[in-house]
Order: sequence, then structure tokens, then C-alpha cells
Amino acid sequence: MSGAKEIRGKIKSVQNTQKITKAMEMVAASKMRKAKDRMLAARPYAEKIRSVVAHMARANLEYRHPFTVERDVKRVGYIVVTSDRGLCGGLNTNLLRALVRDAADWDSKGTEIDIATIGSKAVGFLRRYGANVVSDVSHLGDHPNMVDLLGAIKVMLDAYMVGKIDRLYLASNEFVNTMTQAPVFKQVLPIERVEADADILPTHWDYLYEPESKVVLDTVLKRYVESQIYQGVVENFACEQSARMVAMKAATDNAGGLIDDLEMVYNKARQSAITQEISEIVGGAAAV
Amino acid sequence: MATSMQVEVVSAEREIFSGEATMLVATGIAGDLGIMPNHTPLLTQLKPGDVRVFTESGEEQVIYVSGGILEVTPKVVTVLSDTALRAEDLDEAAALETQKRAQQALADKKADIEWAKARVELAQAAAQLAAIRKLKSRG
Repeated sequence: MSGAKEIRGKIKSVQNTQKITKAMEMVAASKMRKAKDRMLAARPYAEKIRSVVAHMARANLEYRHPFTVERDVKRVGYIVVTSDRGLCGGLNTNLLRALVRDAADWDSKGTEIDIATIGSKAVGFLRRYGANVVSDVSHLGDHPNMVDLLGAIKVMLDAYMVGKIDRLYLASNEFVNTMTQAPVFKQVLPIERVEADADILPTHWDYLYEPESKVVLDTVLKRYVESQIYQGVVENFACEQSARMVAMKAATDNAGGLIDDLEMVYNKARQSAITQEISEIVGGAAAV
Repeated sequence: MATSMQVEVVSAEREIFSGEATMLVATGIAGDLGIMPNHTPLLTQLKPGDVRVFTESGEEQVIYVSGGILEVTPKVVTVLSDTALRAEDLDEAAALETQKRAQQALADKKADIEWAKARVELAQAAAQLAAIRKLKSRG
């Protein structure tokens, strides 16, 4: 019975792997549900602040905030959101590949790039790639908090305010559905003009501001940017879980296929050993 | 004249309150504010403190906010609550922290070792796969 024992050992090891991938699939599925809830919970704030920004755009302000002013692009900033852990299919790879393509594009125009990373997969990759990483946040865990992101966001906002970067993008994955996630690049700064939904504001319209319009405007726009980035992170987390679920399902299926094949090989080996033994006995009996 | 107004209290992480109210009291940056229906449009920053919402049924909801923004429009009153205490120097410290981490990650040689380790593991897995394939073709 040549190799039968080895094959049995192999089957056992594949079965163990299958158990692990199956468990990971189920964990990812339950985390994904929670992540999706969190994604939806973040939506009201994003909508509300968006409408505040839209209202402010309608108000007759003579003051133009730097966040809304388009400048010549000499240097761009990216906030790149990836997962902390692997085993989630092509999620991070697709995003980083798209980022590299974009970076090459800017490069050919002679524009330099600064990158702030959120999630540990990006920083490792970008270091090998040789990108200029200016800030890094990772290990946010399963409940990304706004507080954890503020540092990374502030680095970029400050760089924008002092004119070190002239544009800021958010690179993250968009949750299309459970099976599909797509890398997207959203322009965060300068803020694109937000149109108010056709609501009932009078055409001549302004707020009373407390303390004064400049300060309030500054805070509102900052919060607006922060909320966009928070949304990106929460959405990316949901993407990570669903990508992991799909990848682990595929792995479990593959392991099943592998086990079937190995069992076939094992049975054949066993059968041929028996046949051989019988023919040996028959041969021996004939010789007597 | 309307006797109630729509009030929405949200934070970046979740919706906190949404419903009709007859009055809202909040701590503005310039002092306490009471907002009643038909208040003039107003946009103000909030100091950390309680936001009190008086619902139509006379109940009082107290929500603590650690700062934020209050918007009053003719139709809706919105409180955009911050999720944490915000101070310029705290943000500054967080920003410095992330920058430091980036520099460390870039200078870190340990990560290179991890990279090498991962490649060894990958090679092992590939060898195992090749062995399985060989076994299969032999059977």
C-alpha cells in the first residue's frame, strides 16, 4: 500500500484547513452584518452635514473658504483605506493597484504625491513601492471610531491649508453588494459644490452665525470632510468582511474538491494493493 | 403658527434622536440657547454639554454632546454632535502620532523580515500543492 498513509495524512490536513476556512467564513458573515449596520448608522450624519454645507453654499457669504477654492495642482494627497488583515481576496490588491495606476498618471504630469494610510496593509505595500507616506493609522479593530481617524485627517487638512498639497483624494472600497466591492477614488478637497436638494429655502437666505461666519464655516467644512472619511472607513470595513466571506467560501469549496480528489486517489491505491495481494496469493497457490 | 418643529440629533457614528419637539435647549459657544418653532435661521457651534429636547407630549430628553454644530432652518433643527471632546491641541497630538507611526513603518526593518517569512510560507504551500498534484497523477 504505497503512499496510502501519506494520502490519508494529506486528507486530514486539508480537512483541518477546511474547518478553519469554514469558521472564518461564518465569522466574516456575522461581522459583515454588523459592519453594514454601522455603515447605515453613519449615513444620517453624512446626509445632514451635507445639507448644512449645501445650505451654506446657498447663503450669501462673501468669504470663500480655502477648502472650496480650486488651485493649480502641484502636489496631491491621498488617504488610502485598506484592511488590517489579509485573507480577503483581492480587496486590498485591487485598491492598491488602482492607486499605483493613478500615481503613475500624476507622475507623468510631474505631480508629486503624499499618502496617509489607514489600515496596515497599505503601509507595507507602499513602503515597498517607495511612496511618500506621511501618516499612518492602523489596527482600528472591528469598531472604527471617528477619534482614531482624526490624526490622519488632520495631517492632510493641515497640509492642504498650508498649500503643501492642492488636492485630496480618498481611496477606499465601495460596497456595491455582498459579492462586489469596487475601489473608488473620491475627491475630498477642494470640496466640490454641493447642491441643495430642491427644498424650501428662500433664494435670499442667510444664517445668523455664532460666533462668526468664518469660524463656523471652518468647523462645518472640517466636520464634513471628517464624516466623508469616516464613511469611507466604515464602508471599507464592511467590504473587507464581505470579501473575506466570499474568499473563505471559495477556499472551503476548493478544499472540498481537493478532499474528493485525494479520496479517489486513496481508494485507487487501496484497491490496487488488494488486487496485487490477491494475484500474489493466486500466483503462489499455482506454483505449489 | 407652528407649535412644534422637527428635531434631528445625529453623531457621525449614529442617529441619536429624531422627532417632533416644542423646544430645544443647548449650550452654544456664546451661551445657552433656547430654540422654539419659527426661530430665525441660525448656525452655531456647541460647547460640550446637555442638549435638552422637549417633545410634544411634554417629555424631556436629555442628550449629552461633546460639542458640535447646531443648525436651525425654517423646517428642521439639526444637532450635529461630535463623537468626542475636540480640542485643537488634542487633534495636533493625534496628528503627530500618526506621522511618527508612518516614519517608523518606513524605517522598520522588522516588516522586511515579515515579508521574507511570508514568502517562505508561500513557497512551502506551493511545494505542498505540487506534491499533492504529483500524488494525484500517480494514482
